[in-house]
Amino acid sequence: MSAASHDAHHAHDEHDDHGGAHGSLKDYVTGFVLAVILTAIPFWLVMGHVLPTAQMTAVAVMGLAVIQVLVHMIYFLHMNSRSEGGWTLLALMFTLILVIITLSGSLWVMHNLNTHMMPATAHDMQQMP
Amino acid sequence: MASQAHALTEADKKRFYMTEEHHPENGTLLGFWIYLMSDCLIFAVLFATYAVLGRNYAAGPSGADLFDLPLVAVNTGLLLLSSITYGFAMISAQAKKVKPVLAWLAITGLLGLGFLSLELYEFHHLIHEGAGPQRSAFLSSFFVLVGTHGLHVTFGIIWLVTLMVQVAQRGLGAEMKRRLMCLSMFWHFLDVVWIGVFSFVYLLGVLK
Repeated sequence: MSAASHDAHHAHDEHDDHGGAHGSLKDYVTGFVLAVILTAIPFWLVMGHVLPTAQMTAVAVMGLAVIQVLVHMIYFLHMNSRSEGGWTLLALMFTLILVIITLSGSLWVMHNLNTHMMPATAHDMQQMP
Repeated sequence: MASQAHALTEADKKRFYMTEEHHPENGTLLGFWIYLMSDCLIFAVLFATYAVLGRNYAAGPSGADLFDLPLVAVNTGLLLLSSITYGFAMISAQAKKVKPVLAWLAITGLLGLGFLSLELYEFHHLIHEGAGPQRSAFLSSFFVLVGTHGLHVTFGIIWLVTLMVQVAQRGLGAEMKRRLMCLSMFWHFLDVVWIGVFSFVYLLGVLK
C-alpha cells in the first residue's frame, strides 16, 4: 500500500468509524420491498404453475434468487466497492470463485460417475447386502 | 549502529514505519466478514452435497411429496421481516436510543424464534411420517443443510439475547455498536443463505 493511499484510508477511518457499513431507513425499506417482491414471484411461479414447463420455472426461480441475494447484499449488508478499502468485496469475490468451483465441480464429477455406473438390474439390487 | 539509529529524523520514521498505533475500528468488521465468507463455504459444500444427492430418494418420498410450501412461505416471511426489524434496531442504535434498540432486537428475536419453531415443527412432522434423515440420501442431505441453517439461527438468537442484556446494562458505546454491527452482518447473512434454501431446496424440490 503506498503512502498516499494509506493516508487516504486513515482519513476515511476518522470520518466514518464503521467504514460506511450502516444504512439509512430508506435503504432498509427499499431492500425489504424488493426482497418481498423477489420472494413472492418465485413462490407464485411454483405454486400457481404459471410457466408451461418445470425447467423454465426452475431457471426463473434460480435467476430471481440470484437477484434477491444481490438485493440483500446491497441494501442489508451495505456492500460496495469502497467498504473497508475494497477488502470485503475482494473476500466476497474469492469466496464466490470457490463456491462456483465447489458447486459446479461436485455436480460435474458426480454426474459423470452416475452416468458411468454399470446399470443395475432389480435382481442385482436384491443380491446387495 | 547506535549512531545510525539516532540519525533517523522524524520524517524518516514516518516514511519507514507507523509511529502511532493504527487500529481502525472496522478491523473487527473486516475480520467478521471473512468469518462469514468461510461460513459461506460451509454452506456451499452442504448445498453441493444436496445438489448431488437431492434426487436419490431410495424409493422413498420426494420433495414434492413432503414439502409444505405455504409453511415455507410463512417461514421465509418471518426471516425476511426479522431482517428489516434488525435494520430498524441498527438505525435506532445510530441515534443512540437504547429503548427502541431493545424493542427492535426483541421483535427480531421473536421472529427468529417463530422461524425456528416452524422449522422444528416441520422436522418433527417429517420424522413422524417416517421421512427422517436416515430414510434416504435426499433426506440426509436435506436435514443437514436445513438443520445447519437452523443451528446458525439458534446461535444468532442466543447472541441477540446476550447483546440485549449488554445494551441494557452498558448503553450504546462504540464497542456495543461494533458488536451490534457484527450480529447485523450475521443475521442478514443467514437470510441470504435462506434465499438459497427456499429457492433451491424447497421450490425446485417441489417442481419435479
